[in-house]
Amino acid sequence: MKKNSSGNMAVKKDNLITYGIVVLFYIVMQIMTVTGSVSSLLSGLLVPLCVYVIAAVSLNLVIGISGELSLGHAGFMCVGAYSSAFFSNLMGDTMPSPVRFILAILIGALAAALFGIIIGIPVMRLNGDYLAIVTLAFGEIIKNLMNILYIGKDSHGLHFATGDASALAMEEGGKVIVNGALGITGTPKDSSFTIGVVLILITLLIVLNLVHSRSGRAIMSVRDNRIAAESVGINSTKYRLMAFTVSASLAGVAGVLYAHNLSTLTVKKFDYNTSIMILVYVVLGGIGNIRGSMIAAVILTALPEMLRGLSDYRMLIYAIVLIIMMLFNWAPAAVNVRERLKDRLKARFKALCGRRKKGKEA
Amino acid sequence: MMADMLEVNNLSIAFGGLQAVSAFNLNIKKGQLYGLIGPNGAGKTTVFNLLTGVYKPTEGLIKLDGENLIGKNTLEINKAGIARTFQNIRLFQEMSVLDNVKAGLHNHYKYSSLSGILRLPSYHKTEKIMDEKAVEILKVFDLDGEKNYMAGNLPYGKQRKLEIARALATKPKLLLLDEPAAGMNPNETLELMDTIRFVKEHFNMTILLIEHDMKLVGGICEALTVLNFGRILAEGKTDVVLNDSAVVTAYLGE
Repeated sequence: MKKNSSGNMAVKKDNLITYGIVVLFYIVMQIMTVTGSVSSLLSGLLVPLCVYVIAAVSLNLVIGISGELSLGHAGFMCVGAYSSAFFSNLMGDTMPSPVRFILAILIGALAAALFGIIIGIPVMRLNGDYLAIVTLAFGEIIKNLMNILYIGKDSHGLHFATGDASALAMEEGGKVIVNGALGITGTPKDSSFTIGVVLILITLLIVLNLVHSRSGRAIMSVRDNRIAAESVGINSTKYRLMAFTVSASLAGVAGVLYAHNLSTLTVKKFDYNTSIMILVYVVLGGIGNIRGSMIAAVILTALPEMLRGLSDYRMLIYAIVLIIMMLFNWAPAAVNVRERLKDRLKARFKALCGRRKKGKEA
Repeated sequence: MMADMLEVNNLSIAFGGLQAVSAFNLNIKKGQLYGLIGPNGAGKTTVFNLLTGVYKPTEGLIKLDGENLIGKNTLEINKAGIARTFQNIRLFQEMSVLDNVKAGLHNHYKYSSLSGILRLPSYHKTEKIMDEKAVEILKVFDLDGEKNYMAGNLPYGKQRKLEIARALATKPKLLLLDEPAAGMNPNETLELMDTIRFVKEHFNMTILLIEHDMKLVGGICEALTVLNFGRILAEGKTDVVLNDSAVVTAYLGE
């Protein structure tokens, strides 16, 4: 019989390892930055890495823990990015940048959560793959909506229009904040690698603690067997909605981080491909495996950029890495080999420690 | 005389043209161990699904301790005090044995999701109590040694027991067992009979069970109702019903 590692101590240890990996990654990157061994390419990648890690971890909450399929995660990132960038531009220099950024993060998270609830309430009453279809549509709708949305500000307040900027009918000196397909320009560059890592840690804290709590148990019981969950008095609609909304709001945070890393924000980045890319991180990292999706996000975001020098062969190698990761994670033979290697390493490590102890005693 | 705990009156349901259950009556007293038997397809599980709100009856009345249950969903009926097991086991397979029982305790020990995320004192306190209560229930079924195993990895007989443990964790007034001995060997069945008797005594539980194993039914049930083609064929004390010629005919043929 296979033992489950859900003993209390084992869970705690496992979570600590996850946090530890993030902190270690941060320290290594900082040391490399200080010693000047980080290329400009890599340093430009650090914030996007954090963005995709947060997105992947949050999507894993829906797919792995709640057992639903969401194909519109980029849509929630888009909502978070646009709402927060709009806020930051509107406020400008009227408040100190740390306060503005914290508020922007909260606004992005809340806006995305709101959309999560709006979509979730009707869909979560249904069984089956409706969520996948509706979220897919949501991602496209949001993208197209943002493409035609114009918002400007003058002394009379805010003006909204669809179509083109002249329809805003603003007085002289009015400022166009959201400029249709051109997006939002001039967003303050508040994001940094340090803030990204802090946000990753907060995301992990929320997701891991939620999973190992009363609500997390309810979410997973609905995933495993909805009828049985209701028969023991668990409200399946409520807990599916909770998982989906938390996930949407964290994706919104990823969007905030993304928007405040670039001076120009357009919707092009939040299309179907991005949603699928995040899904690939989750599937390859292991469905329900939070740490795995984190690592997969880092490798698969960094790899195409690192391989830029190989030009034409880049995507070929990317595809091969995808296949290898899939086999390594899921093929029974690979899992066996992995377990055996782990056991052997453990035994060797123990033997080494034992010898050292003996050496000290002698 | 004490009022009946469960009163079912004239319960009927039709799926399209098929009258699955018609004019079904059932009265169970508190503390009774009641059996519902009948040939395959007689409508026994349909009765369970009606009692737990999975199906809505076309007509009829269901009352638990005088409280009307018609129109309530599964969730509300569980809160009203009916818990069940399933013919084809429905455990939370990817969760530990302990977590399965703790999911059953869900509505009895609460803290907010926020205190769960922030690990506030109420989280630690409540989780500790839940752990203790869950282990207490697991001990009754001799499953406490396997509490950290994944539920789906338990052997079949233990999965059946875990399902009963999970149902009991919701602190029901009435426990419905759908073929608890299905797929068990004679030894396991004997052991299960002891367990059911123990549950009845220890938790002072009222139990309604569906079963095909006549040794189990004859061994532990105090009274029986026999269903055939959705209608009541016979009801009454176990030994009387089992010797009824109509019942014997229904089971063995003419």
